[in-house]
Amino acid sequence: MSAIALTVIGLGAFALGYIFYSRFISDRIFQLDPGFETPAHAQEDGIDFVPTNRWVLWGHHFTSVAGAAPIVGPAIAVIWGWVPAFLWVVFGTVFFAGVHDAGALWASVRNRGQSIGALTESVVGKRARALFMIVIFLLLLMVNAVFAIVIAQLFVGFPSSVIPAWFVIAVALGIGYVLYRRGVPLLWPSVIALVLLYASMWVGDAVPVSLPELTMGLEAPAFWVVLLFVYAFIASLLPVWVLLQPRDYINGLQLVIGLGLFFVAVLLANPTVVAPAINTQLPDGVPPLLPLLFVTIACGAISGFHGLVASGTTSKQLDNEKDVRFVGFLGATGEGALALAAILACTAGFATLGDWEGFYTSFAAGGVPAFVQGGGAIIAMGLNLPLHFGETLLAVMAVLFAATTMDTGVRLQRYIIQEWGTIYDIPALTGRGLSTSIAVVACLMLAFGAGGGAGTGGLEIWPLFGTTNQLLAGLTLLVLSVFLMKKGRPTIYTLVPFVFLLTMTIFALLVQLVGFWEQGRYFLVFLDVLILVATIWVALESLGALKRARAEVRTARAE
Amino acid sequence: MSRLGRALALLEEFYEGRHRGALAREQREEDDLFMLLVFSEMMGIPNPASYYTLELLPVMYDRFHEWHLRMGMERSPLAHVRCC
Repeated sequence: MSAIALTVIGLGAFALGYIFYSRFISDRIFQLDPGFETPAHAQEDGIDFVPTNRWVLWGHHFTSVAGAAPIVGPAIAVIWGWVPAFLWVVFGTVFFAGVHDAGALWASVRNRGQSIGALTESVVGKRARALFMIVIFLLLLMVNAVFAIVIAQLFVGFPSSVIPAWFVIAVALGIGYVLYRRGVPLLWPSVIALVLLYASMWVGDAVPVSLPELTMGLEAPAFWVVLLFVYAFIASLLPVWVLLQPRDYINGLQLVIGLGLFFVAVLLANPTVVAPAINTQLPDGVPPLLPLLFVTIACGAISGFHGLVASGTTSKQLDNEKDVRFVGFLGATGEGALALAAILACTAGFATLGDWEGFYTSFAAGGVPAFVQGGGAIIAMGLNLPLHFGETLLAVMAVLFAATTMDTGVRLQRYIIQEWGTIYDIPALTGRGLSTSIAVVACLMLAFGAGGGAGTGGLEIWPLFGTTNQLLAGLTLLVLSVFLMKKGRPTIYTLVPFVFLLTMTIFALLVQLVGFWEQGRYFLVFLDVLILVATIWVALESLGALKRARAEVRTARAE
Repeated sequence: MSRLGRALALLEEFYEGRHRGALAREQREEDDLFMLLVFSEMMGIPNPASYYTLELLPVMYDRFHEWHLRMGMERSPLAHVRCC
């Protein structure tokens, strides 16, 4: 199979999905009304509620939701062969993620820009809201721990990425300073930042940084994990304009540039997909495709995190209700394209099937390093660059995605802990220092608890992260279904994905529970049971909510 | 506006939009502290700079009502500063 053919089929399917399915959903199910006064106009305050150009809003939405997750998931999941991963990404993006993202956006716009959490309380109930907070906290905890491990893995595997990855922090600090304190217009700082970023990759390529076997008594990956959390602790306490804002911005720019470069390189190099369509010679210990595929690829097919972004910030800035289709569906499609790039890199970036099999020797062996190595080879071939530079480019790209998510993730965890402090009247928790410390220590415990003293192998919790993410997506689809039912619209387009996700989530949790128990990893067993309880709880709450909504509709009709 | 100018304006909005809310909240926290400093003498907190902050009262007065509401006080806490 040629990689160009796969790209054309994938992107073509996204385009058809956008043109036909998203129009159907927007016109018939959501019935978007250009005359409806969106919260951005009705509640305009110049802070949260601001009518925003749809391209800018799409840019925010896309760069907020696309990170390392749509790379990690597919990069692990191609171990079952490229066909299952490809199909789930394409169908998931069109029929699951598109409806979910646009739906969360629309429901929020129709409810004064409320977040999905607040909507859950009004549509399903108070208990569901509390559950929602716990699920979000677990999700953030896992994402921070896993991403620290991913970055550490990249630093050790690709030492040339160390200098550019840390140097970009200095660049971001510089940009924040000249923009905010000196009022310099954006154009030149952006150009200079990008030049510096790519120049630092050359430097990193020439001066790779490898740690000695033991640094301060820790092995290299473990040391990086600890250092990353020290960084995240400081970064999440700094004012937003100092680091987070310019860092997000540089990240957004390099996401678009990187994705563009990659697809151009695929077109120019036209590599062959060497990985098997369906892998019949799975290494020992690889869990079954059904149901694990559907939780391993969460972001890139459907992810609950998108609903948080769509209803949290995007809905408050939507200029016209018609833009729901453009921002919501196309935002999901953008992430699908990133997942597609990851699949291509991990299946077509290897010279022979033997090379590929040499890499995918166990379930967690592939992952981001496979993406960097395969994708680096494609970029080097297509754009005529040295191979190691191609690898550095993609390693830095993946590190920046993961690190930016960590910055935001730790900050969000702090907000949740502070909120708990307020709700349960524990003043100590409301301070910045203690709440951030609790967040960081919890992440570190998970990173080391799951991965052992070396801080490696923590990718074992990736499917658990995916499960939690799907659980959140399911909850959002449920809220959306109840909302649609109350409006007397068809619910099948949201209920079918919901039932599918819930089934796969419970199934995957049970399969993993058995696996963790047999391996004697009781920390993960505990985590698994916790999520399982939350899932079953969600299922029960949802049945109740759906029954109530149906009864309400029937009584209304009878009257 | 030229196309380039428009594209740059969109880029600026892209830079600022995403963190507008967070920045505004931080700004408000700083303003709240400043408000407390300006009114500190009247609330019994000695302020060596009160001679100067007194001059700021008319400027701050506009936002005083909103401030005491946000601080959880339904009525103005100061006997001689009435706003509601």
